[in-house]
Amino acid sequence: MLLGKVSLTPALCTALRISPAFSGIQQQIGAAATQNARLYASSQAAEVGNAVLDKQAVGTATATKAATAKKAQSVESQSFAVNMFKGQINPSQVFPFPSVMNEEQIQFLQELVPPVSKFFEEVNDPAKNDSLEKVEDSTMESLKEMGAFGLQVPQDLGGVGLTNTQYARLVEVVGQHDLGVGITLGAHQSIGFKGILLVGSPAQKEKYLPKLATGETLAAFCLTEPASGSDAASIKTLATLSPCGKHYILNGGKIWISNGGLAEIFTVFAKMPMMDEKTGQMKDKITAFIVERSFGGVTHGPPEKKMGIKASNTAEVYFENVPVPIENVLGEVGGGFKVAMAILNNGRFGMAAALSGTMKGVITQAVDHAANRVQFGSKIHTYGAIQEKLARMAMLQYVTESMAYMISGNMDSGSKDYHIEAAISKIFASEAAWEVTDECIQVMGGMGFMKGSGVERVMRDLRIFRIFEGTNDILRLFVALNGFQDAGKHLKSLQKALKNPLGNAGLLAGEMTKRAKRRAGLSTGLTLQGSIHPELSHSGDLAVKAIEHFGVTVEDMLLKHGKNILHEQFVLKRVADSAIDLYAMVVVLSRASRSLSQGHASAQHEKILCETWCIEAYDRIMKNVKDLKSSSTTQVFKNMKAISAAVVENGGTVAPHPLGF
Amino acid sequence: MSRVLVGVKRVIDYAVKIRVKPDHSGVVTDGVKHSMNPFCEIAVEEAVKLKEKKFIKEVVAVSCGPAQVTETIRTALAMGCDRGIHVEVSGKDYEAMGPLQISKIFAALAKKEEASLVILGKQAIDDDCNQTGQMTAALLDWPQGTFASEVTIDGEKVKVVREIDGGLETIKISMPAVLTADLRLNTPRYATLPNIMKAKKKKIANMKPADLGVDMVSRVEVLKVDEPPTRLAGVKVETVDDLVAKLKANGTI
Repeated sequence: MLLGKVSLTPALCTALRISPAFSGIQQQIGAAATQNARLYASSQAAEVGNAVLDKQAVGTATATKAATAKKAQSVESQSFAVNMFKGQINPSQVFPFPSVMNEEQIQFLQELVPPVSKFFEEVNDPAKNDSLEKVEDSTMESLKEMGAFGLQVPQDLGGVGLTNTQYARLVEVVGQHDLGVGITLGAHQSIGFKGILLVGSPAQKEKYLPKLATGETLAAFCLTEPASGSDAASIKTLATLSPCGKHYILNGGKIWISNGGLAEIFTVFAKMPMMDEKTGQMKDKITAFIVERSFGGVTHGPPEKKMGIKASNTAEVYFENVPVPIENVLGEVGGGFKVAMAILNNGRFGMAAALSGTMKGVITQAVDHAANRVQFGSKIHTYGAIQEKLARMAMLQYVTESMAYMISGNMDSGSKDYHIEAAISKIFASEAAWEVTDECIQVMGGMGFMKGSGVERVMRDLRIFRIFEGTNDILRLFVALNGFQDAGKHLKSLQKALKNPLGNAGLLAGEMTKRAKRRAGLSTGLTLQGSIHPELSHSGDLAVKAIEHFGVTVEDMLLKHGKNILHEQFVLKRVADSAIDLYAMVVVLSRASRSLSQGHASAQHEKILCETWCIEAYDRIMKNVKDLKSSSTTQVFKNMKAISAAVVENGGTVAPHPLGF
Repeated sequence: MSRVLVGVKRVIDYAVKIRVKPDHSGVVTDGVKHSMNPFCEIAVEEAVKLKEKKFIKEVVAVSCGPAQVTETIRTALAMGCDRGIHVEVSGKDYEAMGPLQISKIFAALAKKEEASLVILGKQAIDDDCNQTGQMTAALLDWPQGTFASEVTIDGEKVKVVREIDGGLETIKISMPAVLTADLRLNTPRYATLPNIMKAKKKKIANMKPADLGVDMVSRVEVLKVDEPPTRLAGVKVETVDDLVAKLKANGTI
């Protein structure tokens, strides 16, 4: 019956089979996300949808069967996250927990950490940076001398040449002490010039990286515009080729640019009309440019007044007839969207690393207070209300830290397929850090609310992490839709097999058995045994069960909504939440297993962190899975739509005041 | 233009809470963060400064101990020392090693390297001996400028401002000499990441005490290591008279 259903909905599989994975889905997400806000967005969604369909049609028409088969094979993803959407387990990237550094890299890192820690403990003054609303000049100079501005620039170009894992370890130290400085450094190297590092030509690298690595020049990443936030594809900054053909002329304005007032080098995204090779029509496409302030016509506004990360400079940046030499195109002409996404994807693990440091810092403060504060005759850490807080804080930090180094490890061992994981880590880290810091203040009571404790600053600094570099809401859609895309492909291949059941008897029989077993509540043979430590087998079983149910739910949702799943944001959010919980389970299973196998002193502690996390995460996943099937949840979604519509219609809350006036 | 030997000792980091081993034979060092003794950092900084002012030609960082002490030497190299010497001491010898053995090593190395200055920290924060500089000077029969808070080189002489009880003492001694660094001599620099990278290329020579003809046998036996006594709870008294009475009863006054 199930398989029959699959064949009834070929359109959805076609719609979801998109390549290249990235730009397509991101545009869809962008368009889908803003459909309520802007009229043209829905038309764009339709347009993108059509484009995807067109592309698919062209592909199917021209490709031979053999070529298609080969392609299908080559895109088989090693990513755990991608596979869990299909209800499958691919342990290769997550088990055992990556250990990617060689002896020399470990030793080098061990030498780097202490001076950086010492600098932040003894020299940098986060409270002063916050009140000055800039990083103190002397600190800035020391950071430059320190080499902190070129951590991942190759050594032969004047940088420290760190791997992602080494970088993560150092930004963790920064995140523990001062997120304002963290953003100043991150806006420079994690996004500001990352494009040059990732896709720059050798000439561009040689020209720009040495000065950027020493901090002699600072960099900024210019994507956001007044009318283009999450919907990054809608930027208006325009590039036009000069009559001589040697320059592009840039015009437009960017807002909320970190380091915008300090930077000399800008990675700027602008659109320009280009001929679409397939349709022959003119279409706006985005291109990335390396723009020097010295080109002329680049100006910036005053530093913005912000809630947090005040020490980092945020400003508007304007481009007025800026002549950019054609050799300063970053990546391909018209390939700017891909460049932007590659940069953002590549930098997300750094946020998880930094925030795991932040959490470590505030947990130390909360614990210090809880272990010494006496109320009602006892230290407050002896009370259950405080114990639960401290335990949850420790778990959230453990998960975040595990994600950060899992992903950096995957990246260092050459994985290109980490976009879902990276997005999950950004969402998880920013929300975990918020909760941990909030609870730290709660544990400290009035003391935590006072400026002197420094935690209120951390709380203010943290808030932006749920917003910038892709809001968590958009990233949830990104996680869910990317997952659906691969799950859709998987369904499609089954559907194809159905057309020639005899030739694919093996595959089909396997699937039928799996489905029958799943429906009957029997194990489908998925297992994590052998990957995880025997002491964690119960947690492992929970993870496997959760993956099975999650896979079924993903498939059900695909069958139920078809390509309209793009617009089912209530559903997508819950799917993403489950995906995040699942990935978190697997990541801590992997890390705690390693600690148990290696006999770490903390192994038993890590075991209970992992067990506790898995039990609760499993319950949350099962609740989401259940909700998505239940009619009352469907009613809740409908109600929420209606409530929101009424509130919007009324310009605020609708019910009259209970007092009548 | 000459050469300076600087001693760099690897100690438990000053921020670590020290724990005594259950059998009271010493303190727990496994898995504990170690770093360069802070007074040794000051000594390194002074030597590097003298080199930057071109009073000396070469700074050699020396550390005695197991393989891990090369990390401490690397830190010294990242701070600006030119090369390192690792005198390998491990096991029982390392546990029993004290100022006398280290002084013998430094005296032997000072002659071997034809050093004109040996700069050491005034003491290490782990055993607080404050003896190595003095013993080294004695073994070499060189003048010593201990507890230095200011060092100025004037031809073949060194002017040393010493921190002594009740004030500062300024002395002038001839080189070669042994100096020990006090807290206010300077503020040590941070090893920057690029300098740590460059330090990787600097050489660290490896030798054993026997290569220097040094006898490592210690005449000191550690009987017992204890935690400082925990502070006992106090008592509250109502009046000054009560207080005086209590103190008298305790025999305190």
